[in-house]
Amino acid sequence: MLAMNYRGPYRIRADYNMPYPEILHPRDAIIRVTRSCICGSDLHLYHGLVPDTRVGTTFGHEFTGIVEEVGPDVHNLKKGDHVLVPFNIACGGCPFCKQELFGNCHESNPEATAVGGIFGYSHTAGGYDGGQAEYVRVPYADIGPVVIPADMDADDAVLLTDVVPTGYQAAEMAGIKKGDTVVVFGAGPIGIMAARCAWLFGAGRVIVIDHIEYRLEFARHYAPCEAYNFRSLEDPVLFIKKTTGYFGADVCIDAVGCEAAGSAMQTITGRKLMLQAGSATALHWAINSVKKGGIVSIVGVYGPTGNLIPIGNVVNKGITIRANQASVKRLLPRLIEHVQAGRINPRELVSHKVPLEEVSDAYHIFSSKLDNCIKTILVPPSAR
Amino acid sequence: MENMSEEYAHINGWGVDADPENEPTYPMKKYTGDDHRRLNYERPQLQPETVEVLHSNERPGVSAVFGTSVPPSGLSGIVRRYSFKYSEGSFGHWIPLLLADRINVVEGIIDDFKRGHIPNILAEKGWKAEWKYNRSGAVKKILVAAAVTTALVLWLSRKKKKSLI
Repeated sequence: MLAMNYRGPYRIRADYNMPYPEILHPRDAIIRVTRSCICGSDLHLYHGLVPDTRVGTTFGHEFTGIVEEVGPDVHNLKKGDHVLVPFNIACGGCPFCKQELFGNCHESNPEATAVGGIFGYSHTAGGYDGGQAEYVRVPYADIGPVVIPADMDADDAVLLTDVVPTGYQAAEMAGIKKGDTVVVFGAGPIGIMAARCAWLFGAGRVIVIDHIEYRLEFARHYAPCEAYNFRSLEDPVLFIKKTTGYFGADVCIDAVGCEAAGSAMQTITGRKLMLQAGSATALHWAINSVKKGGIVSIVGVYGPTGNLIPIGNVVNKGITIRANQASVKRLLPRLIEHVQAGRINPRELVSHKVPLEEVSDAYHIFSSKLDNCIKTILVPPSAR
Repeated sequence: MENMSEEYAHINGWGVDADPENEPTYPMKKYTGDDHRRLNYERPQLQPETVEVLHSNERPGVSAVFGTSVPPSGLSGIVRRYSFKYSEGSFGHWIPLLLADRINVVEGIIDDFKRGHIPNILAEKGWKAEWKYNRSGAVKKILVAAAVTTALVLWLSRKKKKSLI
């Protein structure tokens, strides 16, 4: 079958000779993919920053598809159902799943205990092939996949697998009180969605910080919010302090993660020399920009080793840090309501729709931020 | 849970200020107390291990399901197996994995040739898109690469001449 094939950092190809997936467990399903996205976190794999990313694997943790086959223990899905599949692989029965921490399942990832299983996200996240393919194996299909409501657009549905829940949970974890000033670092799809969702929790003012001008412009209109280019600010932390009356933001959200720009020292040690688990510039700014007793919510992805952040300031300012992979299954019922009610319009984020065969170019466009790219959907031949 | 007060009765004041509403992980977590049962829960049916699966030494065995893509093999596989002797909290785990990933890239190229496939590295790097949307940048990269290559060739040929003398 046709699938994306990782060959090394910055090298991927569309490969027509990838093996078809098989049912390997009674709770598996095989899905024929109709949409799959390239996520900002896929770029960490593409750039060779995630340990145990093996040559020959297929990425893609945001996808929808038609159920082709189900294992004998899957009774809630049938052949032909069009489903959206949460990016987390969750058993539903371990202590973490039972407490709705579906992003922290203990029965889906043998290779690491610090992260649950994720489709197409290296062997550090379980060694599963992902959805940037014609077909994909979905474990625990009785738990994760949700049938797409008949009135929902397929592009909206695929963004409910990660972007919307992660952005929403970033705002949710931030414990926003009515009237709070919320600063979001990062104007990628997740940051833009976090800014949009901050209003749903009652934010009084929403500010987005990034350095990609076209994305800031998009955020200004989509969220809507104030948006500033940190390249034109002398010091983003000082800017936030001044604009909040020298108090600090009530809440800061890190929606950037390990490939942040803005600090030469972080970039060299984190991204070039890999002496830390990526560049933690956004998190550094978030900790320093938030008020004393404020909340920092992290959804940006970082590597497993360690990062240089001002932990002393966390202690001295009494900051609460909240972070997790989004618990997609927990959030989906509410988010589907939001989309159906028009409170969130996910598909407006989609800037590019590309045939799966052109996956190499699609990654390069997204990675290099060419052609004003915000979000890319890959469409396999059978879904066109 | 009900018996916990009795269990800790010997500690004066145990739990007098416990407030279930004060759950800092809410709403991420719907606390049920299952954490205290540790791993004593009914596990799902186990997926048969049809390929080699490495597992973190911070867990007793493999998870009930797992991915089967690209089992460890070759030199990179040897390095990966070594790395799993160390816990996730150790650089001894992660640095060898990154090394194995780089070795694996070379193995991938060799494997391509073995299968009679010559990898089109420019296409794999998305140069068609670079040429379409960032032509000046592409030209700059080509010129820099050409200059570096020319300089390298000149430097190497000069050294060669010297050694002949």
